[in-house]
Amino acid sequence: MVGANPEAVIETRGLRRVFKSRQRQVEAVAGVDLNVSAGEIFGFLGPNGAGKTTTLRMLATLLPPSGGTARVAGCDLATQQDRIRDRIGYVGQAGGSDREITGRTELVFQGRLYGMSTAAAQTRATELIDMLELEGAADRKTGTYSGGQKRRLDIGLGLVHGPKLLFLDEPTTGLDPQSRARVWDEVRRMHDRGTTVFLTTHYLDEADALCDRVAIIDYGKIVAEGTPEELKRAIAGDVVTFSVAGEQRRALDLIQGEPFVREARLENGSVHLYVDRGEQAMPAILRLLDGANLQLLTVELHRPSLDDVFLRQTGRSLRESPA
Amino acid sequence: MKLLRDTWLVFGRYFGLLIHNPVWIALGVLQPLLYLILFAPLLKPIASMRGFGPGGAYNVFVPGLLVQLGMFGAAGVGFSLIAELRMGVIERLRVTPVSRVALLLGRALRDVISIVVQSLILILLALPFGLSIHPVGIVIVLALIGLIGLLTASVAYAVALAVRSEDSYAPIVFTSALPILLLSGVLLPLGLAPQWLRSIAAVNPLSYAVDAARAIFNDSLGDPSVAKGVAIMVVLSVIAVVIGARQFGRAVA
Repeated sequence: MVGANPEAVIETRGLRRVFKSRQRQVEAVAGVDLNVSAGEIFGFLGPNGAGKTTTLRMLATLLPPSGGTARVAGCDLATQQDRIRDRIGYVGQAGGSDREITGRTELVFQGRLYGMSTAAAQTRATELIDMLELEGAADRKTGTYSGGQKRRLDIGLGLVHGPKLLFLDEPTTGLDPQSRARVWDEVRRMHDRGTTVFLTTHYLDEADALCDRVAIIDYGKIVAEGTPEELKRAIAGDVVTFSVAGEQRRALDLIQGEPFVREARLENGSVHLYVDRGEQAMPAILRLLDGANLQLLTVELHRPSLDDVFLRQTGRSLRESPA
Repeated sequence: MKLLRDTWLVFGRYFGLLIHNPVWIALGVLQPLLYLILFAPLLKPIASMRGFGPGGAYNVFVPGLLVQLGMFGAAGVGFSLIAELRMGVIERLRVTPVSRVALLLGRALRDVISIVVQSLILILLALPFGLSIHPVGIVIVLALIGLIGLLTASVAYAVALAVRSEDSYAPIVFTSALPILLLSGVLLPLGLAPQWLRSIAAVNPLSYAVDAARAIFNDSLGDPSVAKGVAIMVVLSVIAVVIGARQFGRAVA
């Protein structure tokens, strides 16, 4: 039941969204159940078109759900949109600042939209400019900003009114590695101040490094949910990836039946094995291949990544999905 | 009151953008000015024809020109809104508790101010050509043109929010605006028109606004056509604002 957990900042049951076009109906979000607790950094991981942004826009009152129920920041999504808007911040993929307006003017205007007096909004704008290290850029038009500056301003716009819940839609897409690290730092600082952050991403490392909990979404459905550690542990053991000269299929058939192999599959022209103990499996694998006169070309042993989780749940690799 | 405060805020934002580019106001006056200089003189010989209406060429032509300015001046406002949709500005505004009516009204009032200023400039420029008008008439005619601007801008924003792309917006707005304008007798009075054209014009609300504007320039402020034209524009503007505001409130995918 929605509303049962007092700790929950976001709670959804069967949340759905159907888009109708002339010919067909597309169920972009196909029944999503979420529980996001206060103070978490919650990551929504999935390939493009999986329904991440649609879910986010519904939760941020921008798009009415086609079905299901949700409580956001303690309010009912269907009936208390105005109260939700007071309590949340939202940073969309496009950002939201006007190229012809200075960053400071945008921040002050945003504060005024939330009911602040001009003086209070100006003070808050200066505070945010300071916090996001935008002093040099604040009085220039945002059209002149670098990607990183622009993104920091966008985040500032979402934080003006001190929301307890902040939505970030693909906050680091298109940023260079340095700017990306800055955004991660900002998100962690918000987290330290007690803000709940709900972000979408299609970057595995981002979900892994930044998020307390992750939900993996594919074709509008959540396929796995938990802390990154839990998700990876569910795969259990290690992942061995190798390729041989000639037919990979032969190598797969050879190894598949061995007792130490939990699961094996062909992926991207190489053999993926999920094994209990990688360091023990490796010598056995080498012996078997050698015995069958199969020449080993590459071999790799790694701990399961979120990509392995995604692969296991969906049969596809997130890395191959068009970004 | 929240609606007034929000409208004032939104108006301030867009008025600020206009003030930073005042050249748009001048450009808006340029086209009607060209009509005034290069086209209006052609009307002098036919001003005495039956059906042209009283007052002389300029007193008949300038009111039509003002109505045209009110409509075409506001028909293009959707382009900037589409640019803002792309920058994510509209989504950012919609996620705040700001009033949806204010999101429309604040912008549209900026457009109205711009159109009223342009209209005033045009009236003043036309005076040396032989236009005559009572000062009270100027105030009333500016209010009427402002209403046409509000109506057109609200519809333009609603269309822009619905289609979300310049490629669809431009043909929809401009191909519908032109027949409405022509069927209101802006260029030449419909008194000169054949009966079938007059019958179509009779169901065009804008033709009543043109009649009202001409009566005002004719110093017939008490003429029933003035009250009728203004009333029709008030009613349509209110409807358009409601529709436009609903578009701002509605989520579009």
